[in-house]
Amino acid sequence: MNDLSFQTMSRKQMAERLARDIPEGWYVNLGIGLPTLVADFVPQEREVIFHSENGLLGMGPAPTPEQADPWLINAGKQQVTLRPGGSFFHHADSFSIIRGGHLDLCVLGAFEVAQNGDIANWATSAADNAPAVGGAMDLSAGAKRLWVLMEHTTKDGQPKLVETCSYPLTALGAVSRIYTNLAVIEVTDRGFIVLEMVPGLTLEALQAQTGAKLHLPG
Amino acid sequence: MINKVVRDMAEAMAGVQDGSTVLVGGFGSVGQPDALIDGLIEHGAKELTVVANNAGAGRIGLARLLELRRVRKIICSYPRSAGSVVFEELFRNHEIELEVVPQGTLAERLRAAGAGIPAFFTPTGYGTLLAKGKQTAEFNGKPCVLELALKADVALVQAELADRWGNLTFRLSGRNFNPVMATAADLTIVQANRIVDLGGIPPETVVTPGIFVNRVIEVPVDGASVQEKAA
Repeated sequence: MNDLSFQTMSRKQMAERLARDIPEGWYVNLGIGLPTLVADFVPQEREVIFHSENGLLGMGPAPTPEQADPWLINAGKQQVTLRPGGSFFHHADSFSIIRGGHLDLCVLGAFEVAQNGDIANWATSAADNAPAVGGAMDLSAGAKRLWVLMEHTTKDGQPKLVETCSYPLTALGAVSRIYTNLAVIEVTDRGFIVLEMVPGLTLEALQAQTGAKLHLPG
Repeated sequence: MINKVVRDMAEAMAGVQDGSTVLVGGFGSVGQPDALIDGLIEHGAKELTVVANNAGAGRIGLARLLELRRVRKIICSYPRSAGSVVFEELFRNHEIELEVVPQGTLAERLRAAGAGIPAFFTPTGYGTLLAKGKQTAEFNGKPCVLELALKADVALVQAELADRWGNLTFRLSGRNFNPVMATAADLTIVQANRIVDLGGIPPETVVTPGIFVNRVIEVPVDGASVQEKAA
């Protein structure tokens, strides 16, 4: 990472980059953490409808102090707003939306994504102290598309795009695209296909930070 | 005259047995029936299996029920959350059994119980640790896991409005697990912010029809507890 000829993207830039690829009319669930930022970069006039596991469609941005209502939260338990046209429903209906294949897109973070689309994002080891899965397995298995938004490597430089996941799996073969601070990568039958890299980055330099073979389109 | 409104908390909890499976509504603190949990603590039932999305926070409500060692097992999708100190301590000391269930599988197991469906197949969790030991089968090329309905003895539910027949509405995102849990227990006990006259809830806005409800107690949500939720 000492190569100064390219600039890695900030978290906001990553969210902004992914948001650009969400077209009007999609129903989208954003995972906790970095994926939640994506909503900030979808302009109001582009009507994208955000879903939250706890029973909301049409979720809006964080409330102003006057709008704030402790009874209106998202799956990350942050206070949110509801846009005109929004709706509430109970948990079984909310997960029928997820598991019934009604969401166009889910964006999650991950510890690892394998070249066959396997995702590991819920537990760091099989003997994890108190495992907590939430809706990650339902979203991974149920949404029409699963995109992952994450740093390209761990904090100590280990690749997060790998041949085979080493952490406990969330779902098999579920991820179709990965947005990192370095690149946009499609997951296909051929493995990882690099669609885009940050300016100045070479395929060789990207490959050096990736745990599985990278391919170019075509 | 049908009147499901009870006079006090003791009447609301009457007959809840040791060893019961108890569903607790809410998502985090929103829509969580705190007064009923306190009532259950006061009632004294122990050796409970509790089903809730989270495992409580701080040292009040669900966390206090755990801290008093009344819960043998908890079935949760997300036990570890900000402030789940009591649960984590019990878990570390092997003083509580934990069953982690994907959130949608949890909701669907409850829905199935309420709908008389003993088991169902779902792709969620296939090939993961949470499917270990479970029967699998393939449908339309998709491998699936067999999950069992989750029927309970008691459901504790928080509602916004209720009438004496047990019809319910819910406040904003306080709906969450409450309506589905109301269908899945032999005894569904509701704390409602306000009890209104029969007909006071327009029929097309009823979320949970009274047939799923056995007992109702009025517990106004005061400003202080709303502030607490916000904190």
